[in-house]
Amino acid sequence: MRPFRYEHAADRAQALQLANGPREATASAHITAPIQYLAGGTTLIDLMKLDVMRPEVLVDINALAGQHGAIRADASGLHLGALARMADAADDLVVRRDYPMIAQSLELAASPQLRNMASLGGNVLQRTRCNYFRDPSWTACNKRHPGSGCAAMDGVNRKLAVLGASDHCIANYPGDFGVALAALGATVDIEGAGGRRVLAFEDLHRLPGDTPHIETNLKPGELITGFTVPAGPWTRRSLYLKIRDRQSYEFALTSAAVALDVEGGVVREARIGLGGLAAKPWRSHEAEAALKGRPLDEAAAHAAADAALAKAAGHGEATFKIELGRRTLVRALLQAHAMEV
Amino acid sequence: MADDAGRLYGKPEVRIDGAAKVTGQARYASDEPVANPAYAYLVTSAISRGHITGMDLAAAEAVPGLLDILTHETVGKEAKPPVGPDQKPTTTTLETTQVWHDGQIIAVVVADSFEAAREAAHRVVVHYAPETPSATFDSPGAEAEVRKTDEQHKDPAKGDAPAAFAAAPVKIDARYETPTQHHNPLELFTTTCVWDGPKLTIYEPTQTMYGLKAAVAKQLGMEPADVRTISRYVGGAFGSKGAATSRTVWIAIAARRLKRAVKLVPTRDQAFTIATYRAETRHHLQLAANRDGKLQALIHEGWEVTSRPSSYNVSGTETTARMYACPNIATKVNVVHADRNTPGFMRAPPDTPYMFALESGMDELAHELGMDPIELRRINDTQTDPVDGKPFSSRSLMKCFDAAAAKFGWAKRDPKPGAMRDGDWLVGYGCATSCYPSNIGPAAARLSLTPRGKAVIQLAGHEIGTGAYTTVAITVAGGLGLKVTDIQVFMGDSNLPPVPVAGGSNNAASTAHVAAKACEEIRQKLALAAVQNNAGIFAGADPSKLRLTDGALAGPDGRREPLETAVGRVAGGALEVHVENVPEGLPPDAAAGLYQGKMAMSRGTGRKDVTAYAFGAQFVEVRIHALTREIRTPRIVSAFASGTIVNPLTAYSQYMGGAIWGVSSALHEATEIDLREARYVNDNLADYLVPVNADIDHLDVIFVPEEDSRVNPLGIKGIGEIGIVGMNAAVANAVFHATGKRIRKLPIRIEHLL
Ligand SMILES: Cc1cc2nc3c(=O)[nH]c(=O)nc-3n(C[C@H](O)[C@H](O)[C@H](O)COP(=O)(O)OP(=O)(O)OC[C@H]3O[C@@H](n4cnc5c(N)ncnc54)[C@H](O)[C@@H]3O)c2cc1C
Ligand code: SF4
Repeated sequence: MRPFRYEHAADRAQALQLANGPREATASAHITAPIQYLAGGTTLIDLMKLDVMRPEVLVDINALAGQHGAIRADASGLHLGALARMADAADDLVVRRDYPMIAQSLELAASPQLRNMASLGGNVLQRTRCNYFRDPSWTACNKRHPGSGCAAMDGVNRKLAVLGASDHCIANYPGDFGVALAALGATVDIEGAGGRRVLAFEDLHRLPGDTPHIETNLKPGELITGFTVPAGPWTRRSLYLKIRDRQSYEFALTSAAVALDVEGGVVREARIGLGGLAAKPWRSHEAEAALKGRPLDEAAAHAAADAALAKAAGHGEATFKIELGRRTLVRALLQAHAMEV
Repeated sequence: MADDAGRLYGKPEVRIDGAAKVTGQARYASDEPVANPAYAYLVTSAISRGHITGMDLAAAEAVPGLLDILTHETVGKEAKPPVGPDQKPTTTTLETTQVWHDGQIIAVVVADSFEAAREAAHRVVVHYAPETPSATFDSPGAEAEVRKTDEQHKDPAKGDAPAAFAAAPVKIDARYETPTQHHNPLELFTTTCVWDGPKLTIYEPTQTMYGLKAAVAKQLGMEPADVRTISRYVGGAFGSKGAATSRTVWIAIAARRLKRAVKLVPTRDQAFTIATYRAETRHHLQLAANRDGKLQALIHEGWEVTSRPSSYNVSGTETTARMYACPNIATKVNVVHADRNTPGFMRAPPDTPYMFALESGMDELAHELGMDPIELRRINDTQTDPVDGKPFSSRSLMKCFDAAAAKFGWAKRDPKPGAMRDGDWLVGYGCATSCYPSNIGPAAARLSLTPRGKAVIQLAGHEIGTGAYTTVAITVAGGLGLKVTDIQVFMGDSNLPPVPVAGGSNNAASTAHVAAKACEEIRQKLALAAVQNNAGIFAGADPSKLRLTDGALAGPDGRREPLETAVGRVAGGALEVHVENVPEGLPPDAAAGLYQGKMAMSRGTGRKDVTAYAFGAQFVEVRIHALTREIRTPRIVSAFASGTIVNPLTAYSQYMGGAIWGVSSALHEATEIDLREARYVNDNLADYLVPVNADIDHLDVIFVPEEDSRVNPLGIKGIGEIGIVGMNAAVANAVFHATGKRIRKLPIRIEHLL
């Protein structure tokens, strides 16, 4: 960890002002950005201790919880403030009833202590758990040092991506909540020096391509203020299934976020996300299309799973995740279909 | 009268240090207050093999608060090379420019604060001349050699095993593998050094107070009398703190250079490389039997990884050769040198990996025979050591199987693999034998008793979480006829009389026997003085008939003399004795060696009279999802017979912790190695998995009563390690039963069952 300056922002305006100083600053697009917003700190401080991130200024945005910390549902959908804590959203009764996938994606993540600390905004910007990324004594990591290579490609890579990876980086996006947001077609509210904009959540994260060090489409200094999950007839029949080596306190090997609108046994609409498997929060439009208009039986579930993983490519140890990912989705679809709503 | 020491054994007793621990009063080594410490941070190598050609220190030196940087160039010659856990040559650190392994200590940065030391350490730039390293088995450049037999390790053999194997009607021939594992005690490998003139005090969590003292004195060319080690509480050790490591002398030297206390608290990832670990092993096991199940041949060959300079190995064939009656036995062990740190002790070092092979093999053989796996063990059970014909001091293996099988509900098991199912979950039942040799060492202690009936016992023992303070207090309370709360126990300081390393499950036996002996000496002194005192009530009585009980010296006729009188007669303040206990079979100079940090141990397998082991049986139910194949362990039942149980409360914890660790080792734990760079990759507690609460559901521990007067006078076999030994195979056997898939390589993971 290196010395840094700590700034406390009382409100959004001050946060934006502090984060948009004379030097180019960004909260998340680049790990080497000299100014970083500080929310729960459970990703950021970790990476600073590991000497992976070396910001010069931290802008503490926790005081923005009053402005951007609410959890609210209305006819248009679910509105989640970026500074709501993971635990608050997971425990919210309306979220649990109407958007069970969202609640489960949060409560199956991390540990109670972390969920009490971590914010929703910080959560979607958590960084890969690729071990080579998290230890700077490894020289080859394109995400840390563009052009240095990728130590994971032929190394220990059991947990890394089989979808959306590139020759430059096979890191997976490790989070759960982001997968649910992607599946349900959420949008993200962003404030920057130039004002407010709304982005499809699916467009927040970028695929690694040949620039794995640029992880999101946030512009320098931009702040995430919240998320909106659109209402839909599928949100109640939804779940988040997480498969991992141990039963709690672990990232997903694979996960499936599934929401179904079923009428007389036939799928009218499906919303499907995959976690653990992909370079970014992954929505599978292919699987959704494969299900649309079909009765949900085992064959349909397998067809959807095959479609979802059709373009998957394994690297070394992670190759088993292609098959595990298929099975995870099959199981999630059958479970969602069997749900009483 | 020594039996009185065991008067309170077998009754659950809360830890006498429990309140101190839960209220944060217990001082772990790095909590000990020292005046004005400077803080050290280690720089470790980022390559696994090669040489350091130079270091750029300027950026580090510019960090405000920086005090000193120790490197090969500045201090390399100030310490003699260390030795490994086997007391033989091991990898070096600052002594030369050589890098033996990943994460080797190559510099020590010292600053006014931890933060400044860490920042400066991150700014050190190291230049290397790297060479291609060998990571493990099968890596190009790894060197295998047959392990020679010596004092420590034999290759048990009998009859003509290859011929018997060839001739037998039923056999299995299989290869097994266990992974690299790290102990990961929560408390890190801290060291704090303080000099007072020529005298050095080291605060360091250790399982070997005198061993550490002797090792540091030797490396620094000091008189051992000038080195004091203090380690009152240890926050988990599991063998990882059982031998001195390289770091200590450099912190001592740093403190000497600065003339100031220096404190080191290394990081979690450094813990993977600056201390020891359980090396990966491979096994070739051949078992042959007649159709009735009687074993005809056992051939077990093992391979173990170690560092380049060390030949440390655990050689668990000593145990596997002794488990079952078998007329033909052949064993062999190989070590494979790679560019790795030197491995060391880890809970049941030999038995855990080697019994995984044997107990998996027994399950495979039972399947081949179409026989119940418990019955196969019953048919081959024996009361004599199959290798040399000595009697077991006691062996209650089948009692353990029967007790655990009944509790577990083994009778409900459909033997056909894959036959049991509950909804989407495949169900499997598995079991295995557990065992651990019973060891005891020499020990010394100082015991005092006041006329007011308060006793203080002092010995350089080790509280590594096992409840060692309480075991000693229970023994003294029994021996002196007092309450446990009347006893104060001081341990964890090398100024106190020595006891052996807290390893090999010898601790309870070694410390209890010396405590019992000290009590007996006090009793004798009081009794003798009482009968010689003409005015006393016991004038002229037989001193051997007088006992210490309920706060008094009591005669066989029920007459009692309060301690006030009995002790007051010989001492105004306190009566104190210093005693040494050398267990039978050890040379008389064993006690003298103890003071020099040498370990003489009466080992369960090396004795002239008997072979001494504790035995157990471990059962587990696994559930495996039919589709996604997660493996769960909803029920675990273990039964153990370990002779006298001093404190069932802490014994339960040891057994339970061992069983959970067994599940962990079978399903979760593995240190992942980058094969190209010979570097550990998952060196943190988020990626090095151990079970969480949700992974362990019902867990039963059964104490099978056992009296053993041959193992040692108090009948204590030791319980610290046996809990883990059978679980690896029990889980693998249950996975086979659930799925029909025999997984011979640990840990067993989802991908192996897809
Ligand atoms: C041991 C462990 C286990 C975990 N397990 C899981 C798991 O199973 N599943 C899972 O999903 N997650 C898991 N996590 C990750 C955890 O959920 C995230 O670390 C957490 O959600 C991040 O939120 P935070 O508020 O602490 O973010 P911070 O660490 O404060 O911030 C993270 C990043 O986002 C930026 N940032 C924060 N807020 C904003 C904002 N409003 N606008 C713009 N930029 C912002 C920061 O500058 C920083 O770069 C685990 C973490 C740990 C340490
Ligand atoms: S996978 Fe990505 S993060 Fe991991 S080493 Fe390769 S480039 Fe770095």
